[in-house]
Order: sequence, then structure tokens, then C-alpha cells
Amino acid sequence: MSYQGKKNIPKITSDRLLIKGGRIVNDDQSFHADIYMEDGLIKQIGDNLIVPGGVKVIEAQGKMVIPGGIDIHTHFQMPYRGTTTVDDFAQGSKAALAGGTTMVVDHVIPDPGNSLLEAYDQWRQWADEKACCDYSLHVDITHWSDSVQQELECLIKEKGVNSFQVYMAYKDYYQMTNSELYEVFTFLAERGGIAQVHAENGEIIAEEQARMLQMGITGPEGHVLSRPEELEAEAVFRAITIASQTNCPLYVTRVMSKSAADIISQARKKGNVVFGEPITASLGTDGTHYWSKNWAKAASFVTSPPLSPDPTTPDYLNTLLSSGDLSVTGSAHCTFSVAQKAIGKDDFTQIPEGVNGVEERMALIWDKAVTSGKMDENMFVAVTSTNAAKILNLYPRKGRIAVGSDADLVIWDTDSIRTITAKTHNSAAEYNIFEGMELRGAPLVVICQGKIVLEDGNLHATSGVGRFIPCSAFPDFAYKRVKARKQLAVLKAVPRGMYDGPVSEYSMSRGGTPSASARTSPTKQPVRNLHQSGFSLAGPPAPDDIPIRPAGRRIVVPPGGQQERGRTWSCMGHINSGDVIHDPFQPPLKLDNSNIYGITTAVLVVDALICTVRTPTRRHHLPSEQPLMWKKCCLSVAHEAEEGLCLLDDLANAADRIL
Amino acid sequence: MESVSNNYEEKNGIPHLTNEKLLIKGGRVVNEDQSLYADVYIEDGIIKQVGENLVVPGGVKVIEADGRMVIPGGIDVNTCLMKPFLGIKPVDDFLQGTKAALAGGTTMIIDHVTPQPGDSLMEVFEHWQEAADKKACCDYSLHVDIPEWNETVKHELELLVEEKGINSFQVYMAYKDLYQMSDSQLYKAFSFLKHLGAVVLVHAENGDLIAQEQRKILGMGITGPEGHPLSRPEELEAEAAFRAITLSNRVNCPVYITKVMSKSAADTITQARRKGSLVFGEPISASLAADGSQYWSKNWAKAAAYVTSPPLSPDPTTPDHLHTLLACGDLQVVGSAHCAYSTSQKAIGKDDFTLIPEGTNGVEERMSIVWDKSVAMGKMDENQFVAVTSTNAAKIFNLYPRKGRIAVGSDADIVIWDPDSVKTISARLQQSASEYNIFEGLECCGGPALVLSQGRVVYEDGNLQAHPGTGRFIPRKPFPDFAYQRVKFRNQGKQGVTRGMYDGPVHDVACTPKYITPSPSARTSPTSNQPPPIRNLHQSNFSLSGAQADDNVPRRSGHRIVAPPGGRSNITSLG
Repeated sequence: MSYQGKKNIPKITSDRLLIKGGRIVNDDQSFHADIYMEDGLIKQIGDNLIVPGGVKVIEAQGKMVIPGGIDIHTHFQMPYRGTTTVDDFAQGSKAALAGGTTMVVDHVIPDPGNSLLEAYDQWRQWADEKACCDYSLHVDITHWSDSVQQELECLIKEKGVNSFQVYMAYKDYYQMTNSELYEVFTFLAERGGIAQVHAENGEIIAEEQARMLQMGITGPEGHVLSRPEELEAEAVFRAITIASQTNCPLYVTRVMSKSAADIISQARKKGNVVFGEPITASLGTDGTHYWSKNWAKAASFVTSPPLSPDPTTPDYLNTLLSSGDLSVTGSAHCTFSVAQKAIGKDDFTQIPEGVNGVEERMALIWDKAVTSGKMDENMFVAVTSTNAAKILNLYPRKGRIAVGSDADLVIWDTDSIRTITAKTHNSAAEYNIFEGMELRGAPLVVICQGKIVLEDGNLHATSGVGRFIPCSAFPDFAYKRVKARKQLAVLKAVPRGMYDGPVSEYSMSRGGTPSASARTSPTKQPVRNLHQSGFSLAGPPAPDDIPIRPAGRRIVVPPGGQQERGRTWSCMGHINSGDVIHDPFQPPLKLDNSNIYGITTAVLVVDALICTVRTPTRRHHLPSEQPLMWKKCCLSVAHEAEEGLCLLDDLANAADRIL
Repeated sequence: MESVSNNYEEKNGIPHLTNEKLLIKGGRVVNEDQSLYADVYIEDGIIKQVGENLVVPGGVKVIEADGRMVIPGGIDVNTCLMKPFLGIKPVDDFLQGTKAALAGGTTMIIDHVTPQPGDSLMEVFEHWQEAADKKACCDYSLHVDIPEWNETVKHELELLVEEKGINSFQVYMAYKDLYQMSDSQLYKAFSFLKHLGAVVLVHAENGDLIAQEQRKILGMGITGPEGHPLSRPEELEAEAAFRAITLSNRVNCPVYITKVMSKSAADTITQARRKGSLVFGEPISASLAADGSQYWSKNWAKAAAYVTSPPLSPDPTTPDHLHTLLACGDLQVVGSAHCAYSTSQKAIGKDDFTLIPEGTNGVEERMSIVWDKSVAMGKMDENQFVAVTSTNAAKIFNLYPRKGRIAVGSDADIVIWDPDSVKTISARLQQSASEYNIFEGLECCGGPALVLSQGRVVYEDGNLQAHPGTGRFIPRKPFPDFAYQRVKFRNQGKQGVTRGMYDGPVHDVACTPKYITPSPSARTSPTSNQPPPIRNLHQSNFSLSGAQADDNVPRRSGHRIVAPPGGRSNITSLG
């Protein structure tokens, strides 16, 4: 299929290109084939292609041909206190192309109180004027109100934005309370958005900053001292908790420290839908430079969360990226000149935050992860391009070399060695935080929108050709699992008779939990993710109707309570082979290998209408439809979307046999 | 046999209430560090001699222990015997509650003073003390809960520590719009309490999220007790515990998590301890012996009896997991959080689970539960049993070795423990005045055969002879070694980097700064109680080393970044 035709995007090129003799590397496989491109799209892939005459042929000579990189996090032309970052969309996207990145996703940051839509339009205008490559936008939610909700609705439905960042730091400015985060996440989960968080505990940071300044620490080292990595980890933990309560996919921007990465990795193991984004800086360098005697150098490393002073951090993050615990890479490219950084020369809290990285991103990952043997070339494509495309719902238009995809691709030279220096980089900043680093691996040819933009070391970028690529809601990569879990969210009250015993006198004058008013407020579909809650209950069937304390006191058994018994299964514990299920109205059912085939453990919670079946490797949830019956279980399995097919049929059969 | 030189009784000028002279013969004295056969001679409520073949005056009453265990009386660190809720009080007051404690082998309780926002902490404390002095049958001490944070509270905390002998205060991360504190307030409270040398107790649950969840659950029409655990999933407990630990790491003060109810919260504490955090965890009788499945009971009154916060986890493997952690020392202290309400009181929330008064029983069952589920199961030895039921609590709250140990000079709060007695817990047989017992029907192995409080026999073979008003208030000094020794070593300063002044170009800033972190004002704000900065290498994996090796080495080839001549400027040519 052709996106170009479908979405009515004007043709921007009629170049015809043939890449001969390359090895195509996608995130799932590598193979030798030629690629024919026309009108900015990949038209044919294969051997011995039949192509029209007059086609420009690029000889790849067996080199890797990969999907162009997608930098999922940039801040080009970002306004800051009356000035803007030194790399505008032209400069920034040029640097991106030079590094093999053919698409960027920039953050729209409205000032608190201002309209999100206006800010969005402003960013669109800037980018449309200048961008040299395709782009898309995240919108940051800097305050929370009804009008913001309406604007978000519009951004998702009409403007092609599906990811929104909220802040847990920047107290009294961008920071949101836990309740607001809960509401934002709930809102986004209903509308298919991705919640991105800047995860740092802003309240503690504010306290620590005050303390550092009071102690007379005003230089850039105060930045990292006041923002220790624990505060990042704490906020990540909290964000994951809230996301899991609201059943919203979570995306943690800028994973800078080992502890934050560990939290993400643990949460993923518990089944949370969470993505972590390390950035070029955290993958390539560490925070020891904050103690540099050269103020300007130290200040150039200032970004938030800060680089960790632990020098083993980059290696560790590259490992987690290789294992899939961290999902995508951005650059958080946000460059300020030394004069701009010097706004904070007497007070580190005033130093504008941001580092470079859009140009170095791909080469750095190749050097640190692939040449070191941590990651293979397919994973390299996944973390630099494909996963980002999936999260943004742009796959397979972007992030893959396939017929019908955009002709954004890169011929990657695995052997070239370059030394990074501010002298030759494409950014306008005076410092490069990777100065002096020798990186193996670099783009040889970059093709963007079907045109050659980098060849023989020469960059031919054209300002203004970059198109806005709209992202649609409910990306499968994040939402398949979320949708499945929503179906499990069948919470039901326990049917009891009315309590009609004595009630103590009490006064509502003071205290109480905030429920009275809460009751009338709007509510949403609840979510109960058994996958990670550890909730698997339940004790032995307890006799509910035994009078407990006759000693002269009145204990009220709810009327009808006794008759209700037997209609439901009170509770069942873990089920193993050999167990017998007792139903008052059914003959006892003995479980053995014939009826629990494929299942080692099942936990059945009938009062809560949820049945969990565990296989040796993972858990699946079967919501039952009626209180007393497992007989008609509709099987809905929260399986890992990216894992593809699983043994659903086997499980379904097994479940049917039990039920 | 070691001897403890100081006699607390004399030092503190507390009148003794008994002149009885007692000799416990032929018992096996079990302390947290060792067990040995010895006789114990008690006079005036104090242990005077421990050893074999003691020389004692005539006319001494002799108790034959017959080789049974003689252990320090239990200390229950968490009871709420007067906690008000919507104008009602728990049915077990200091009399009823301490009787139950003694019947279970617990000879000291530490009750929570729970002032409401706006109350004077001092007045409420005195009210509590007065009530307890009249009614308590065993020694007691008090924690004070901090319901809000302001200057008055700070002043009162100082007085409580310095004059009243209180060294532990509880803060709340839950109960939004009532007791809950923000992270900033918690940071300030932690800093201030550290400065006073107090132990910070934390009720760890994320109140913001609970409020949202409660709204959601009520909106779905779930109003029964099952809404309670549904709106307070254990993740929220773990999240808050994690945050409390992060705060305590930053401030470098010990933190004590009250009521550890779930596996995830316990695991969070365990992991933090592995990283060196100063954190203590207190599981309670309820979380050690019951699970949350009864919230789904059809019997409303029964389901409501289990309502406590954080709620019991519906995961039936929770008690076992908590016992394991208790046995290996990852959790340190067992409390009961005994707060008993009658069914008619619980029924305040019959149409709305958020109004059900929160609290379960447990003061009487506490020691037996730990024995039955940990020691009798082979997880824990008898010494660790003494540690978690008594000694650790005494150490954390600075009562050791007066309490929590059988040694010369210690108080004669002693229990003869019968590991073989079997008792079925039932509301019919309990001391508590509540109608339900959440452990109903549980068969417990192990129980007290004889209990001595202040040197007097108060419980023997099932007969309780407690006397209201005999319990003394035990004052506690700040800076308990068990919690604060490490803090002292971690108090080490950081320094800024000495650099020349930056004198390069500075970008003009728009006069109305928009994007700023809240420092300019913070700079002038009162910071009198800011602790000195800390650097806990133990857990931060922060291992920087000030000046960098490459500071003077130009990193880029051919680009000029050199040490400024004369240090006049750090910015050299940038081009």
C-alpha cells in the first residue's frame, strides 16, 4: 500500500533510485536484495528487479542497508526565556541526517496556562519552514484543566499527535500532582495516547537545590548533587504505579541512571506496559564532568535528569537496551551556546538544561552496543528506528524496509571510524559532550524521502522539505495488551443483604476519607491488572454463616446471606494436579493431567470474577462471565504483543476442559 | 553472665509498685543472642540476679519453670487504643487492651497518640497519658502522630522529645486532605525529626491515588468492604514505601515503616536494606496470619472486621512470605496495630466502605502467631523470636536493655513460654471487647504459661490478675544507637568545585523569567533545620571523586581548551 497516495501528501520527488547489492537489515531479519525506489517510496525489493531506464544506481557492495533512524526526542528551536536553542529545525535536522537519522520527533512545550493547540501550530509552522527531514510532534502537558482536555481530544483526533509528556519535576511550574497524573493517564488511556513522563521527584529536588545553594555550592556540580539518581528512580516507580492503576501505557523519557533503568526493567518483568528511552548522552558519557574546573565545559553537560556520576552507567544502559528492557533511543538534543548556559553562572539552577546528541546517536549505539557484541544489527535497527515507529503508530511506513514504506534509508558503514569534535559537527553549539570520542560505524549514504542527502561525506539537505507525519491513536505495540486487560476489568460488588444491625452514633464534623463528595463524581471503567498486582487470592472457603460470638451481643447475618451460599464458589486457592474442586451443587471434580493439560497452576477467584491460568512461562487471565460459572469463560489473553503467537489454542482448550 | 550496671528504676525515680521477691527456678533463659539454663531472681520489679545457685533471702516465692523457656516479655510497638474516628473510640481502651496484651505474653505496649489536624500535640499527648496512667495494666510508652506540618508542631515536637520522653513520631502518606503530607513536607519533617534524634514512623500508602481509586470504585456501585482492598491495591503501599525510603536516604535519617501488609512493600524494604538504607519494617499480627480474601465474605460484619489500612493482601501467600523475611531479619519488629471496633461501630460504613472504621485486633495473638507460623515451622529460632517480638523494638525505640532482655538490672517483665500449648483462637475466649476476631478458628501452637509484669505474676495458667493503673509511662531518650549510629557516620559534607569566575559573555535573559526552578526564593527561605548534606556511598552507587583526571587535558584534538592562565577565566577561546 502507498501511504503517499492515501494521505494526499504532495509528491516531493520523482527521483528513481536503485540500491544494488546491499544487505537489507530490518528489526526481524537480514537478507541480500536490491531496492527500487520511486517518488519517495520503496516500490520493489528483490533480486534482478525490472526497473525503468534512467535510474540512478547506488552500489552498496554488500554493505548494510537499514531503515533511516528515528530520533524520538528532540528540542529544536525551543524557546527559552526569550531566546531559543541554537539548533533550529534546519540546523537540527541537518545534524540528524548527517548522523543517519531521517525522522525526528520534537517536543511541543506550551507555557503553563497557554493553549496547547496554539503551541502546536507554532511548532508546526517553525518545522514546516525549515525541517530537512520528516518530523512528528509530541505535545507536553504543562498544566491540567478542562480546556486542556478538549485540546488534547482535538490533538489526538485531528492533529495527528498520539504522545504527550507530563512532568513530575519542575515544582511550581510544570510539575503535576499524583492526582493530576492519575487523571491525565486515565484520559490518555481512554483515547489511545501514550503517556510520556519526565520522571524526577520535583519536590525533593526543590528542597535539595535550596540546601545546596545554602551551602554555597553554585556551580554545575550542584545540579547533579541536587538531583541524585534515586529521585529519578523514585519518580519512575511512582509513574509506573499510577500507569498500572490506570492501565495506561507509559513511556519514560530520558532514562539517565542505572537505578531508573532497573525499575523499568523490573516493572516490565511484572508485566507493566512501560517503555524506557535512554538518550545519546546517557548511553555515551557520564556525569563526572560536572566537576570539571572549566565552568563552560561542566555547564555543557547540564541536563535533567542529570548524567549519572557513576561511570559504569553507559555500559549498563547499553546492556539493557540490548536485552530489550529499554525500548527506544532518543537524543533529547537541546543545545545552548555557552553564553546562554552562562545565565546560570552564579546559580546552577538557572543553567539552561540540554545536551547535544542527534547527530551522534546512531554511531554511538553502534560503537557501544553492536561492536562490543551486546547487540546484533537487527536489534540495532529496532532500538534506533523500528520500535519508535511502532510506538508512534507509524510502522511500517517508517522503521522498516518494505514495499510501500517511505524511502528513508541508510547505507551503514560498519568499519569507518570517526572522532567526534565540535569543530566538525553540524550543530551550532560550541561544545560537544562527546568531544574526542572515537566511534566506529557511520552512515555512508543517507536517503531521505527517496533522495540522496548524504553521499561521499557531502550533505545536501534542503530546508523545508520535511513533512509532518501524523501519528494515530491506539498504537498496537502499546495498546494491544492494554485492550486485553481492559476486558478483565470486571469488578463486581459482593451481593449481600442489607446490614440492618445497630449503627454507632458518629459525627461527620471531622475527618473521614474523602468519599462523600467523591461518590457523585464521574467514574471510569476500572482496571485490575492481575498480571502484575500479585493479586491471586484466596483463602480456604470459609464458613460465612457460623455465628461467631453469641455472648449476648447481636451479630447480624445479612438476610438472605445464608441462602446465597453455594451459588458462588467462595474461593479457591492455587490449583494443582490432584486437587479436587468441591462445588456444593456439582459432583467433586478431580484435577489431573488430563484436564489441566498445559497448565501448572490456576488461580480461580470467582467472587471477583477472574480466573487466572498460569503456564510455566507466563500467566493468562480468563474473565468469567457469570458469578458461579467458569463454564463459559471467554478467553482473553494478555500476552506480550511483541512476542507474537503463543499457545493460545492449547490454553483455550485446556481451560475449556477445566471449565 | 553479664551484668548491667545501671538500675533504671533508681535513675528515673519511678516508684516501684511491688515489693515482691521472686525466684524463677530451672528455666532456660532465652535472650536474642543466646539461650542458657539459669535461675532469675527478682526484687522490687527489677531483675537482681541471673545465674545458677543464687543466694537469695528467705521467704522468696519460687516459681518452678521446669526447663521451659524464660523470655523477655513482648513489646507491642503498635497499638491504637484510643484512636478517634468520627467521634467514636475503639472498644478496647487502655484497660481492655493491656489486659489482652498481658494474656498474650506482651508486657509493654507503645500506643499511637493520634491528634487531629489543628489539635495541640502536647494536649492530646497529655490526655493519652492521663487515660493510660489510670487504666493501663502494663508498662507503656507513646508514639505521637503528626497530623500536619507547621511551626507550632515543630515547637511541640521539640518539647515532646526534650521534656516528655517521646522519640518516635508517625507521619502519613495516605488520608488525603486529612493527615497526608506532601513530599516537601515529608522532607522537612524528616529533616527536623532527624535533628531531634527521633525515629520517623511512616504510614506508607499513596493517598492521592487511593482517593482516586475510592471515587472510581464507589462510582461503580461497589460500597461493601471489598471496595476497601480494591481501592488500596498493594502497589500503592509499595510505591509509598519506596518514596519514604528515598526521602530518608536523601535526608539521611532512619525510617520505620509501620504496618507492612503486602509482599511488594516488604520486598521494597528488603531491597532498600540491601542497598544500605536505614529502614525498619513492621509487619503486624494481621498481615502475619490472615489474608484479604475475607473482604469478599457474604457476611458484611465479618468482612468489615478485616478492614484496616493498608488492607490485608488478598494474596494468600503473603503471611508466609512476611514470616520468611522476619526470620531472616529483613523485617525487624512485630506489632499488632490493635485497634478494635465493634460491629455497630464498623457499621458506620455500611453503605460506604470508606467510612468503615479501620482496625483489627491482634495484641493478644501476636506472640503466639509468630511462634506458631515462624518458630514451629522451622523458619526462625527462639532467639530470633525474642528479637522480633521484643528486643528489636526495645533497641529501635531506645528502651534496651531495660526492656527486651533478661539481664541484671532490667525490668522484671518476663514470660515463661510454653512451646507446646495449643490454643484455638476465638472471639469467645479473647480479652478484647470486640465481637469478631479476625483469626477466628486459627489453631496456634505456643503460648505464655506465666507472665510477670514489673515483677508480679499477672497471668498464670489462663488466669489473668491484672490491675488497672499499675502500668507506668516509660520515657525514651532520642538518638537510639540502633538507628542513629550509622547516621552519624554518614553525615559528611560535600564541597563545591573551586573555579575562577566565569567572565565570558552572558546571554540576556528576558526580565520575566518563565522557565525557572524555584530556587531564587528558596535561597532566602528559612533553612535552619536543613541537615548537612550526606553522601551515602553505600547505596547511591555514586562514586565520583571531585576533580577529574582529565580536567587539564584538552579532550578535543586540535581544539583549544586549556587551563586559563592565572585562573582569571575559565572560558578560553571557544572557536
